[in-house]
Amino acid sequence: MATPRAIWSKATAGPTSLVLSGSWNAGHAASLEALLKQVAGERKAADGSGRLTLECAGIVGMDTLGAYLIHKMRLGLAEGGGDVAVSGLTAAQETLLGEVAIARRPTEPVIEVNGAYHLLADVGEAVVDAGRDLAHGVAFFGAVVAALGRLAVGRARLRLPSVVTQLERVGMRGVPIIVLISCLVGAIIAQQSIFQLRTFGTVHFVADLLGILVLRELAVLLTSIMIAGRSGSSFTAELGSMKMREEIDALETMGLDPLEVLVLPRIVALIIALPLLTFISSMAGIAGGGVVAFVYGGVSSEVFFSRLQGAIGFNTFMVGMIKAPFMALVIGIIACIEGFAVRGSAESLGSHTTASVVKSIFVVIVVDGLFAMFFAAINY
Amino acid sequence: MSIRSTLAQHLDADDPWDSRHPIIEVRDLSVGFGERLIMDGLSMDVRRGEILGVVGASGTGKSVLLRTIIGLVKQRRGMVKVFGHDMAKVSSQRRRLVESRWGVLFQHGALFSSLTVKQNIQFPMREYLKLSEELLDEMAMVKLRLVGLKPEAAERFPSELSGGMIKRAALARALALDPEIVFLDEPTSGLDPIGAAEFDELIATLQKTLGLTVFMVTHDLDSLAGICDRIAALGDGKVLCEGTLEQLTKHPHPWLQAYFNGPRARASQIHTQRGSARP
Repeated sequence: MATPRAIWSKATAGPTSLVLSGSWNAGHAASLEALLKQVAGERKAADGSGRLTLECAGIVGMDTLGAYLIHKMRLGLAEGGGDVAVSGLTAAQETLLGEVAIARRPTEPVIEVNGAYHLLADVGEAVVDAGRDLAHGVAFFGAVVAALGRLAVGRARLRLPSVVTQLERVGMRGVPIIVLISCLVGAIIAQQSIFQLRTFGTVHFVADLLGILVLRELAVLLTSIMIAGRSGSSFTAELGSMKMREEIDALETMGLDPLEVLVLPRIVALIIALPLLTFISSMAGIAGGGVVAFVYGGVSSEVFFSRLQGAIGFNTFMVGMIKAPFMALVIGIIACIEGFAVRGSAESLGSHTTASVVKSIFVVIVVDGLFAMFFAAINY
Repeated sequence: MSIRSTLAQHLDADDPWDSRHPIIEVRDLSVGFGERLIMDGLSMDVRRGEILGVVGASGTGKSVLLRTIIGLVKQRRGMVKVFGHDMAKVSSQRRRLVESRWGVLFQHGALFSSLTVKQNIQFPMREYLKLSEELLDEMAMVKLRLVGLKPEAAERFPSELSGGMIKRAALARALALDPEIVFLDEPTSGLDPIGAAEFDELIATLQKTLGLTVFMVTHDLDSLAGICDRIAALGDGKVLCEGTLEQLTKHPHPWLQAYFNGPRARASQIHTQRGSARP
């Protein structure tokens, strides 16, 4: 069917008119917009004032877009001080035109801002946000400790079924992936060390290296990072979607403390599960490395274990284990803070879940660094 | 060929389907989940330009019927024809064309939570139409006005709106492409009686000005009495009865009797307005 048209027709007597025809609908949006510009230009060139009629009888299909554009054309043509009438519309089209006749909004002035100004503002904002995060984290930690205190004096209840459920999700179900990753990383480290140690003919020292590295640092770091990605993200998403659907508000109105019902079981489960997983991870790492030492390095199991026994002491083992509950605490706290910070939108849930994982992993590594300095200072 | 240019042609092309035929034809439709059969041999028609109300007890598949027609639920057997196209057999491109000719108002609005109201309304326009930014903004304002929202609502996010405003904003989005059919899933649920009455009136006005066909799943007796041209009552996996309000109130089925002659029905306008089509 017809493309939209607008043709000027000068009647010999009477007012000038503009004959509109064709389909005025969304399918022709682009050509209609061009048409509007063209008509406005021609009107200006012809010194537009005086009476004008828009003859619309030729219009075959008109939707809200077409109606709005006719309205807009009429406003535009009347700007020069003329009087613009519309004729030839059916009753239904007339009503539609009336419905869409909104006042044009004045366009808001765009404020030009210097790029350097933006950069400075963004940096400042990031610093303030980081500071606020820290303060918020400490406040939340305080609240958790207070809740633990209430628990200790018997004024709060630890929800055991909830703790057990979380333990299963965080601990039990995390075992396979953590064993797999630790085993592989242990094997890779053993292989790389053997490759380097061969130069000096001291391949059997791989046991010392592997034992110390895995027990002191690797097991706890790997486990914490895996748990931050696996469980921290799910805590944030759970709490966040509960927050979105007002479930947390519902808890509060029932006189229950969300901290006690939702946060404590999760953090307690993490604190129990993470050291256990760290232990499993250590064993898997050493096992993976031991197999590679035997197969690739030709180190017999007697040599491997006697070297291991000589190299590591109880303190080496404890250095890794002591760190685990602290890692659990920071992961749990960050995950819960981010979960509670979720606002109404799906996008907010996604961005807070990402933030939870990124911040947890970052803080885990920072905490590990602090512990390394501490243990070095006390010579443990 | 891009969907957009196809759409442009299509909007002008002579419709392949005769406008005297029903705009939606459902024949012998069966839908089930697992062992449970929700609909068993259901047939119904929706005529062009009418407001059809669909009622039924909870679990009789009102929403499932709506979702089957718009293609969110797969049928086991039977046929759904919209604009004369058998929706189970059409090509995916044809399906998208048909989809651009209907609008759906979901029960809870289903506005995109990360977009403002204005962006929500503009979303389908951006996808299907070639409009300048300026015109996009202005059209969003036109749609907002059509559904009776203030211009200030445009920049708000769905989480900052009241229940009634969400319904209106969602209706504005459903109307973004000037659809010919609008599907409404319980449009007045969750609104106060005044808000519900206003919303009914809005639907009736829009139906008249834009020439819409409205398929409305509802529980609201006032909506049925006030704005529906025809009512279809679902039950036992079929359409129990189809017709005007008066015909339905006289139907002997026990559920219909309880529904239309119960205490709430007596309290509503049904019995005072019986027979008159629209207020």
